Amino acid sequence: MSALVIRGVRKRFGAQEVLKGIDIAAESGEFIVLVGPSGCGKSTLLNIVAGLEQPDAGDVEIAGRVVTRVPPKDRDIAMVFQSYALYPTMTVRQNITFGMECRGVPKRQQAEALARTARLLQIEALLERKPAQLSGGQRQRVAMGRALVRDPLLFLFDEPLSNLDAKLRVEMRMEIKQLHRRIGATMVYVTHDQIEAMTMATRIAVMHQGAVQQFADPDTVYNRPANLFVARFMGAPPMNTVAARLVGGERPVAVIGAGRPDEIRLTLPAEGGPPPGWRNREVVLGIRPEAIAEAGRRFGAEEGSFSTLEAPVEMTEPTGAETIVMMRLGGEPVLGRVAPDVRPVVGGAARFAVDTRRICLFDPATEQLIA
Amino acid sequence: MPAGTAAVAGVPPLARPAPARWRGWLGRLAPHLVLWPPLLVSVLHVVSFTAYTTWISFTPSTLLPEYDWVGVQNYVSVLNSRNWKIAYSNLVIYGCGFVLLTTALGLLLAVLIDQRIRAENLFRTIFLYPMAVSFVVTGTVWAWLLNPGIGIQHLVRGFGWAGFRFDWLVDREMAIYTIVIAGAWQASGFAMALFLAGIRSVDADLYRAAQIDGAGPWRIYRRVVLPCIGPIFIAVLVILLQFAIKTFDLVRALTGGGPGLATQLPTLVVYDLMFQRGLLGRGAAAAVMLLLSLLVVLLPYFAYARWRKRREARHG
Ligand SMILES: Nc1ncnc2c1ncn2[C@@H]1O[C@H](COP(=O)(O)OP(=O)(O)O)[C@@H](O)[C@H]1O
Ligand SMILES: [Mg+2]
Repeated sequence: MSALVIRGVRKRFGAQEVLKGIDIAAESGEFIVLVGPSGCGKSTLLNIVAGLEQPDAGDVEIAGRVVTRVPPKDRDIAMVFQSYALYPTMTVRQNITFGMECRGVPKRQQAEALARTARLLQIEALLERKPAQLSGGQRQRVAMGRALVRDPLLFLFDEPLSNLDAKLRVEMRMEIKQLHRRIGATMVYVTHDQIEAMTMATRIAVMHQGAVQQFADPDTVYNRPANLFVARFMGAPPMNTVAARLVGGERPVAVIGAGRPDEIRLTLPAEGGPPPGWRNREVVLGIRPEAIAEAGRRFGAEEGSFSTLEAPVEMTEPTGAETIVMMRLGGEPVLGRVAPDVRPVVGGAARFAVDTRRICLFDPATEQLIA
Repeated sequence: MPAGTAAVAGVPPLARPAPARWRGWLGRLAPHLVLWPPLLVSVLHVVSFTAYTTWISFTPSTLLPEYDWVGVQNYVSVLNSRNWKIAYSNLVIYGCGFVLLTTALGLLLAVLIDQRIRAENLFRTIFLYPMAVSFVVTGTVWAWLLNPGIGIQHLVRGFGWAGFRFDWLVDREMAIYTIVIAGAWQASGFAMALFLAGIRSVDADLYRAAQIDGAGPWRIYRRVVLPCIGPIFIAVLVILLQFAIKTFDLVRALTGGGPGLATQLPTLVVYDLMFQRGLLGRGAAAAVMLLLSLLVVLLPYFAYARWRKRREARHG
C-alpha cells in the first residue's frame, strides 16, 4: 500500500501558479526527497500534504485514506520546520510533550515517550532549558524530537538542516539517514541542496517552476536525468551540456563543433543509442565531469566503451581529492575530473579519456532526454 | 542621507566636491539640531518644575509661594485628610477596574481581529479612534449617555421597559464604575493595537507547528501565542496603570468628582488644594505623592525591561 499519494495537486497564490499538477506516490518506508531551487513550490507542496494549505485541485492520500479535507491534527503526521518553530516560552520537555498533551495522552505514557526520544537524540541534559538557551544544533535536535516522540504515519521535513553550519549539516544528514533506517518510517524531506537529496533519498522528486521534472531513484536522476534542467541542477560541478551533431553509420557518432578544425568525434555505444530518426540532427550532449578523466583511465570497462581525445586545457582546480580541469571540446567549455596527481599544463593540450557509456543526449527543442 | 549613499557607492570622502561635503556635514548635524534643543528644554522644564514643586511642598505657602521651611507638615495634613484617603481608595478601585477591563477588552478585540476578518483596517481604525478623542470629549459624551434623564436609561424606557434603571452616574456606590467604563471605552482600542501587533509578530511557523501538534485555536492562543507576547502584556499594564494614576480631565468632565466625593481622585485633590482653596504647599505635597505613586509603577518596569534586554543579549 502506498504511504502517500499526491494526485494532480494544483495551487495558485493570486495570479501566480505555484503548483501545476503534482503527482507523487511513496511506498511505505520510503525516504522521498523533494529537491529544487528556492521558490519552486516545495514548501507549498509539503504544507498541502500536512494540511496547512488547501490545494485548488487534486487529492492527498495518506495510508490509503483521502485526507484532502482533513485538518492537520487528524492526519497523523509530524513535521520539522526550517525555522524549527520551537515554542519559545516552553522548556524542551514541554515542547516535546505538547503534542501528546493536546491529544490527551496519559502523563505516564508521555514521560516514557519523552525519555525514549531524549535518549535517541541524546538531549536528556537539555530537557529543562528554554529554546533561547540552546545552540543551533541543539534546537535542531529538539525539533526532531518533537516529531519523533510520536509514531506518525508520515514524517515531513522542510529544509531542517539549512540553518546549520556545514560540518554539523553533514553530521545531522547521516544521523537522519540512520534514524530512517532504524525506525523505518515514511519520510518526505524538502531541500534545495542536491547533495542532501542524493545522499538521503530512496527516491528524488526534482521540482522546477511548480512541476515535478523527474521522480526516480538517485542513480537514475543522476545518470539519466529526464531533461536538461535536472541534468544541470543535480551534481556539483553539474553535468556538461554542449551542442552536438549526430552522424555515423551503424554506430552513432556525436560530433562536437562539427566543421571546425578541432571538432571532436565521440563514437556512442551500440546499445541504448538514440532512435534512428535522430541521425544527422542537432542534439544537446550531456556528460558528467567524472566521465572525462586523464588518458589511460578505463572506467572499469572493457575496450571500446571509452574514447581518447586531445583537448586544450584552460584552467585547473586541484581540490585535493581530484583535479578539476576546464578544457575546450570543439570550442565548447567542458569540465573534467582527473586524478589528484595529474596536473595538465594550462595553455597546452592534454589527452583525456571519455566514458562514452555515460553520455546523455537531449532534444534541443524540448530539452527532454532522448537517450 | 547624502553621507550614507556616498559611503555605499564607495566614493572616497576627499573626492567629493565641496558643496556635497558641506551638505554631508549638514546632514550629519541635522538630527542633532532637531533632537537636542527640544530635549534640553523639556528636561529643564520637567526637572526644574518638579524640583520647584518638591521645594514648595516643604513650605507653608498658601495663595502665594513662601520660602520658609515647615518640614513634612504638609504631607502629614494631606495624608490625614479624609478627602485624600477617599481619593486614594477610589484610585485603587478605578485603577484596577480600568486596567483589567481595558486589557480584557483590548485582548478580546485583538483576538477577534486576528481571525483574518474582512475590512480589518476599517475595524482597527474604528477601535483606535477613541484614543484620538480628547478625554474631555469622552467625559462629556459619557456624561450624557449615562445621565438617567437623557441617556441610556431614558432611551430603554422609551422602548417600553418602564422599570429599567441605569443610574450609576448619580449613585454613590456605583459612580466610580462609570469612570471605569468611559476610560476603558477610550483606551481599549489602544490596548488592542498593541496586542494585535504582538500577536502578528509571532512566527507563523509556531501556529503551524501547534496545529500539527493537534492544538485547537483556543489552546494555540493560551499556550503558544499569549505567552510569546508576555512582554507586551506587561507594557500594556504599565501604560494603562500610569494612565489611571494621571486621570484628571475625564473625571472633571464626567462627574466632577461627585456625587459627593464618590469619584474623587488624587489628581482632583491636587487641583482642588492648589487652585480652589489656595493651599499651594499642601497641593504640592499631594502632587509629589502622586509622582511617587507613578514611580512605584514605572521604576520596577524599567528595571524589568533592562533585565530582559540583558538576558536577551546573553542568549542571543
Ligand atoms: N502564502 C503565500 N502567499 C503568496 N505567495 C506565496 C505564499 N507562499 C508561497 N508563495 C509563493 O509561492 C512560491 C513557492 O514558494 P515555496 O513553496 O515556499 O517555495 P520553496 O519552498 O520551494 O522555496 C514562491 O514564489 C512564493 O513567493
Ligand atoms: Mg521553502
